[in-house]
Amino acid sequence: MNVVTLSGSLDERYFESIVRAADAVRGERILFDATHVRWADPYGMVGLLALGQVHAQDGVKPLLKLPETGDVVSYMTRMGFFEHAETMFELNGARPKARGDGSESEVLLEITAVNSHQDVHKVVDLVNVRGMKILTTQLHYPRQEAFQFSVILSEVCQNIIEHAEAGGWVATQTYNWTKKLGRRVVVIAVMDLGIGFRASLSAAQAGRHSRWDDATALEAAFMHGQTRFHDPGRGQGLQQIRKMVGRWGGRISIRSGTARIADIPPWDEGSPLQEALPHLPGSQIGIVLPARVPAENSASPTGGR
Amino acid sequence: MQRDHVVPFSFDLSLLVQRSVASLYSHLVTRPTGAAIRLGIETQIGEIGTVCLSVLDFTQVVVLDFSCADEVVAKLIQRYAANDRPADAYFVARGLGEQHRDPIDEVLLRHDLALVAEVEGKFLLLGSADPLERAAWNVLQSATRGETADIAAAIAAHHADVAAALDRLATRRVILRGGTGSTAFYSLTALLPA
Repeated sequence: MNVVTLSGSLDERYFESIVRAADAVRGERILFDATHVRWADPYGMVGLLALGQVHAQDGVKPLLKLPETGDVVSYMTRMGFFEHAETMFELNGARPKARGDGSESEVLLEITAVNSHQDVHKVVDLVNVRGMKILTTQLHYPRQEAFQFSVILSEVCQNIIEHAEAGGWVATQTYNWTKKLGRRVVVIAVMDLGIGFRASLSAAQAGRHSRWDDATALEAAFMHGQTRFHDPGRGQGLQQIRKMVGRWGGRISIRSGTARIADIPPWDEGSPLQEALPHLPGSQIGIVLPARVPAENSASPTGGR
Repeated sequence: MQRDHVVPFSFDLSLLVQRSVASLYSHLVTRPTGAAIRLGIETQIGEIGTVCLSVLDFTQVVVLDFSCADEVVAKLIQRYAANDRPADAYFVARGLGEQHRDPIDEVLLRHDLALVAEVEGKFLLLGSADPLERAAWNVLQSATRGETADIAAAIAAHHADVAAALDRLATRRVILRGGTGSTAFYSLTALLPA
């Protein structure tokens, strides 16, 4: 049995180390040991589902040993993690209780499957019902900008439907990042295991580049709005998301295949482009939006960075 | 075209989305939703059978994403601005809040289109227009009717340049030319019911 031990934090920072460890034993039976996980966010949870599915598709269901901390299991239950995890993992550990409908918790959006445009409507409806109060009171977003949060979710989910040729998941939640940022944030994770950016853009865009790989495809889509379609109205979703995330001082990253591209704000660190990562199919998008402070709300939006 | 013959026609987009996509969703998101709404509008314009001023009413719309705006607004304007348009329709958007303005402005710019829109109670020219076109449109919008010479004087620009700008605005269907023999232009909103 190959054991991949998860660190204390199940989030984007440590996701790559999990991917790398799991990639080294691809095709063999794996135990993902989450015993010591003390903290999980949407990126980490959805990423773990994606990894589990990749390995389950190899023919052997991986095992997942649940965190020993009850609070973490309880939180993952409220986020709907185990409902999805049951389909690709053999779960090992204290079985969680049913999560309820989430309406009484402060979950912004549980892990939600995105397989059709109807699912995108459901996501937008749910976030508008539950999210407006959280976004305006906890994150101090002006009401009109809180609506734009729904637009970001809609566009990023449609990216799965339009380009992945496979289903995916979305989840979002707010956290208090006191140590790192001194304020609350919203974390959004949207992932799929579809064809990825390189394959999606290949027919329409590969000939325009001297090399064509995951990094080039990500740059083409992320930086230049290139798309698989010849319609000039296409390709603006990602561009507009970048613009809004930048306007709000947030962070956005997209991992696809063996590369990751990101807009890194001053409060964070990291490389805007990473290559030669372990291969993971599809695309994995992470967005972090910091809470507003009163001075920002009184200033006019300034557009993209 | 005679301005007296233009038929005002209004589309409440929040009602149309429910009819067009047969669901309870009122948010204007996703391309299929936008395409369904556009087809519904096109069908109703086709049934009118005469020149019409179509009001796209966003008053009840909460969320409008870029994909849906591209399908509903940009593709609709593009289709009826083309020489082979299926009917003689003009469009004015009403009831826009700031949250709608950004998506609509962006998709219009992307296709090099323009649209007259009421944003937060004030009529604006959204989308693509150069400074002279925008200045001429603003003067005409305030006056509701104007001759080229009057507009040129109001913005202190050359008559020929203003005439060309007004011609481009009329071609883009964000103002109306007067009927045969007339040299006047009219704002689209002059045709709206009071």
